[in-house]
Amino acid sequence: MIEIINLTKKYGQVVAVNNISFSVQKGEILGFLGPNGAGKSTTMNIITGYLPSTAGTVKVDGFDILTHPEEVKKRIGFLPEAPPLYRDMTVTEYLSFVSSLKKVPKNKQKGQMADIMELVGLTDHRRRLIDNLSKGYRQRVGLAQALVGNPEVLILDEPTVGLDPKQIIEIRRVIKALAQERTIILSSHILPEVSAICERVVIINKGVIAAEDTPQRLSSDINQFLKLTMIIKGDQNLIVNTAKSIDGVKYIEASAKAGENTYKYVMDADKDVRDEMFFKMAGINCPILESKPSTMTLEDIFINVVTKGTEVN
Amino acid sequence: MWTVAKREIGSYFKSPIAYVLIGLFILLISIFFWPRLQGSRGDFISILGDMGFFLIFIVPILTMKILAEDRKNGTEVLLMTSPTSLFKIVLGKFIAAYTVFLVITIISLIYPIIIVIFSGAFTIQLAGGYLGFLLLGGAFISIGVLASASTENQIIAAIISFVALLVMWVADTLSASVGGVVGTVLTWISLISRYQVFTKGILGFAEVIYLISFTAIILFLTVRLIERRRWTQG
Repeated sequence: MIEIINLTKKYGQVVAVNNISFSVQKGEILGFLGPNGAGKSTTMNIITGYLPSTAGTVKVDGFDILTHPEEVKKRIGFLPEAPPLYRDMTVTEYLSFVSSLKKVPKNKQKGQMADIMELVGLTDHRRRLIDNLSKGYRQRVGLAQALVGNPEVLILDEPTVGLDPKQIIEIRRVIKALAQERTIILSSHILPEVSAICERVVIINKGVIAAEDTPQRLSSDINQFLKLTMIIKGDQNLIVNTAKSIDGVKYIEASAKAGENTYKYVMDADKDVRDEMFFKMAGINCPILESKPSTMTLEDIFINVVTKGTEVN
Repeated sequence: MWTVAKREIGSYFKSPIAYVLIGLFILLISIFFWPRLQGSRGDFISILGDMGFFLIFIVPILTMKILAEDRKNGTEVLLMTSPTSLFKIVLGKFIAAYTVFLVITIISLIYPIIIVIFSGAFTIQLAGGYLGFLLLGGAFISIGVLASASTENQIIAAIISFVALLVMWVADTLSASVGGVVGTVLTWISLISRYQVFTKGILGFAEVIYLISFTAIILFLTVRLIERRRWTQG
């Protein structure tokens, strides 16, 4: 549905996006991750036709954004970083303006607007001036605007920014519901959000793609070593020394007191040492009360990829 | 195009701008109209010359927000990513400002109507003069739209268009004193010399074409300017 081939964007001497390529299948939700200034918004602005690229091609549904801009724009609903709202209009006035702008037939406008407002939870606020709405509701109007015209592709630049936790959950639910029949690219800082919504993640850093895969695969790929958190009862020194004698354990340390003569330990190993750990601890009469693997979250991966610049693929 | 125009017109009349401008314009005309009424002079057409001059102050305020505001508020993204060509967007904005100008012009008709009632003489020259005024307004507004496209600061936009209009107003006088190539160029952009033909009661076909093409060219330049900005800085 969306193809991005060797896309480059320069602002004068500064290279914002450097020769990136990826594609999004029909019906897929792609998460677009990266620190501030990584080139997320620039890429999104180019896909939607707001900015022209310096080099490279963007195709939506087979149409090139440079040669057939109107065909592409017709298929895309875009929520930019700052929602493009006219504050001197009410929600209804604004959405009917957007409907006309996006060439929704006159007789379909009212019904569609009512559906959209219901979906994003704006029905009760439809007569209010956008200027008087809170940030969260303005964000909803921004999302509603992107949905006008029922576009096949949605490009959402940080859709949940500025919302309170309850609203974030609601908006995520809306996005997931929308995803069933649409192709979505979503950028975000909030990593759990991406792992909760997206089927595939592209991590972009300093204008280049640093990693690209499913959230699950990304976590297992990096997770070559096992991290364990354990609660063990017994003498601290004895436990640490015994554990260190196990082949594969790289690091173990008592991190917190968890009860009488009981400590919480964190350990790193480069292979699965859970069996041996059990028998060794049993051997020195120090029962393991609790043991759980601490798998890497997307957050760890993100920091790993972005700071070290390691290639994961 | 009409969608953009309609929204913009609504926005004019929701804010105090349109009313303030109408009030200001009527006040200015009244000040100039009063002595003529007292002196029982029936030639309203000479006031049209003054009205053209007032536009130098009115138009920059009218047009300053027209594109600059969209850029500042980020609504430009909405317009540019909608399946509407840039030219239609610019034209829609122009139509909106021109509509407010039309409203102002229609209200100003009360003065010639007063004269016609008391003198009983409606002259075709007066109608021609008004045609000139409408065309001049279009040319002025296009300059304002161009200025508004050049910056995201409304005040700067207003100042740019004010200076540009002022230069055009005095271009004729300047060209006479400067002479040479610069003088010739100045006569090309002299809107006032074309407008004066109308206020003398002559309906000049060349002048009509000149003012319409002038407006069209400036609007075309506005589109080019926005395009160029997108390509160079983004």
